[in-house]
Amino acid sequence: MSRKQKKRLGRICCGALLFILAVVVSGLELVTDRNVQVILYLIAYFVTGGDVIKKAVRNIRNGQVFDENLLMVIASLGAFLISEMSEAVGVMLFYQIGEFFQDYAVNNSRKSIAALMDIRPDKANVKREGVISEVSPAEVRVNEIIVIRPGERIPLDCIVTGGSSRLDTVAMTGEAVPRSVREGDPLISGCVNLSGVLEARVTSEFSESAVSRILELTENASSRKAASENFITKFARYYTPAVVVTALLLAVIPSLITGQPRVYVYRALSFLVISCPCALVISVPLSFFGGIGGASSKGILIKGSNYLEALAKADTVVFDKTGTLTRGVFKVSDIRPSASFSENRSAKEAEDELLLLAAQAECFSSHPIASSILEEAKARGLYEDSFRDQSDSSGYEELAGFGISVRLSGKRVLCGSRRLMRENGIAADDLQEVKEGSHVFIALDDKFAGHIIISDELKADAGACITALKKMNMKTVMLTGDHKKTADIVAEKLSIDEVYSELLPQDKVELAERLISQERDGGKLVFMGDGINDAPVLARADIGVAMGGAGSDAAIEAADIVLMTDEPLKLITACNISRKTLRIVKENIIFAIGVKVITLILAALGAATMWAAVFADVGVAFIAIINALRASSVKEINMTAH
Amino acid sequence: MKKNFILEELDCANCAAKMEESIKKIIGVRDCSITFMTKKMTLEADDDGFDRILKDVKKAVNKVDPEVEVIPS
Repeated sequence: MSRKQKKRLGRICCGALLFILAVVVSGLELVTDRNVQVILYLIAYFVTGGDVIKKAVRNIRNGQVFDENLLMVIASLGAFLISEMSEAVGVMLFYQIGEFFQDYAVNNSRKSIAALMDIRPDKANVKREGVISEVSPAEVRVNEIIVIRPGERIPLDCIVTGGSSRLDTVAMTGEAVPRSVREGDPLISGCVNLSGVLEARVTSEFSESAVSRILELTENASSRKAASENFITKFARYYTPAVVVTALLLAVIPSLITGQPRVYVYRALSFLVISCPCALVISVPLSFFGGIGGASSKGILIKGSNYLEALAKADTVVFDKTGTLTRGVFKVSDIRPSASFSENRSAKEAEDELLLLAAQAECFSSHPIASSILEEAKARGLYEDSFRDQSDSSGYEELAGFGISVRLSGKRVLCGSRRLMRENGIAADDLQEVKEGSHVFIALDDKFAGHIIISDELKADAGACITALKKMNMKTVMLTGDHKKTADIVAEKLSIDEVYSELLPQDKVELAERLISQERDGGKLVFMGDGINDAPVLARADIGVAMGGAGSDAAIEAADIVLMTDEPLKLITACNISRKTLRIVKENIIFAIGVKVITLILAALGAATMWAAVFADVGVAFIAIINALRASSVKEINMTAH
Repeated sequence: MKKNFILEELDCANCAAKMEESIKKIIGVRDCSITFMTKKMTLEADDDGFDRILKDVKKAVNKVDPEVEVIPS
């Protein structure tokens, strides 16, 4: 609690005691002199509402007529004039208590949500000429050595030169499992060092470090406001004057007709108490802020509440294939020995031997396909890097574009494309079914031995992501520059609704535009990509989602939402946050406006007292704030949930 | 020119909305956005006479709440 708040609390307590004294004194008629009673109430009133009155006077001077403080003063002084003294002081007291709790709650949530987003390292321990000194991260230059102690945040991007430790990377990647690092490993600024002391060489200056880029993004997030936020500010602009004018009419017209001014002035004063739109003006942005904060604690950076709002209206999700749904890494997906090669061998043996043949043939090649074959052979324990040094490379010949011809223990091995087989007069089996990916054909002593299929792997959570999107009734589309066959197979595996293949980067933008123009009923289009070659589409889509935030600058720049990890499933978390936040916003708008309107009607009819009016003002605001806070708690989605 | 400021002691959401509204009316201000949650103000204004504009902005802010201080961030 700040000093200012303590002072306020003190004033409220004194005011409350004086108020009770006044009520007791006049209620039990300890003092029958009416003037003394009035003075007691007035003292309580000025102690409680002194600052409100001061602000009101100041605002009149500044020409701010529809100011909540002023209206509150008019309402309470009005009550005095019609001799409702206990209500005059009581209303002021409860208004102050309500405001106090409101501020307290807002400040606390402001802090707790800001803490979710706060990854700013405040110092760096730099080692200069053997002496370690604490400086601001901005003062450290590239290639200087910094020391990171356990519990400290990594201040700049760097490479470990000494020590080993585990890192909490959750703020930067959303990954909850600590990552172990040792000498030679790169460190991303913003992560927290958990266990050991690390020495590291700085690789980029603070302003260029990952943490600065992310900070810049989150700090500017809330300046892009959502439509419902703008609606609320607009609403507030008209609400207060409208209520005040109605109050004035209510005080004058029925009084003239019925001749009972006291009754109607009281009702009009209740109106003034409800005239502040605070509950709405605070709770709506707070909900969005909470949603953005909660998302960033899960490694999802949202650049503005407008995008959070738009995401809830998304009905089409367009994916880039490579690197987004698939890992973008090639891997052996199938090994198919030919019938003759399989003779006298078990299925497993035949597969392993064919793979080993291919690995031995490919071991001198640097082609990505070759390395995926070697990778697989290593994974199966068939092959080790040291084999290469022992193998005889005398008969090795690389036929660019076709494959490899090599002699292995006296036998000629051919390994490459179908064309390589054809040119050597080898009859390769026709494929029974079409499979995605690249095919490598292998022949042993001019006899076809089989083929190996290499394809890009689907990400583990790609399927779960698509399934979850379907459950939310969203259309899924996949774009890719790959061949139609490969694209169709991937799409079918994931049951994606529409596929567009063999696209050039500029085709993707055109296609995105066409899809956006097909959107109906305010539906929004999400494009999700890994940021490589697709920055223009990210920028063009209603909501561009880029993956792998610590990576590409262009993607962070162009995207509206950045997922710090490469998991497509994070999109579902983002959608859930967005829907939950929007639901809370709606609840708050309906609740706050609803209670106010009902109280206004009841007050006009004389059924609501000034006490009810105070509740409709500060009580509602308080409840709405508590509700808004729910937006910051986020449930993580994992694959087992599907 | 686009600049960010911190509004210290900003403690009322409706005030923030009022400030934003009146700042937007200042001649030379292209856009202004005040976020109550982060106490941040983003001001986009003409380069010419930026200092004069900033003075007017401060005046507009203090008209709504004299306790608020505009600090460049």
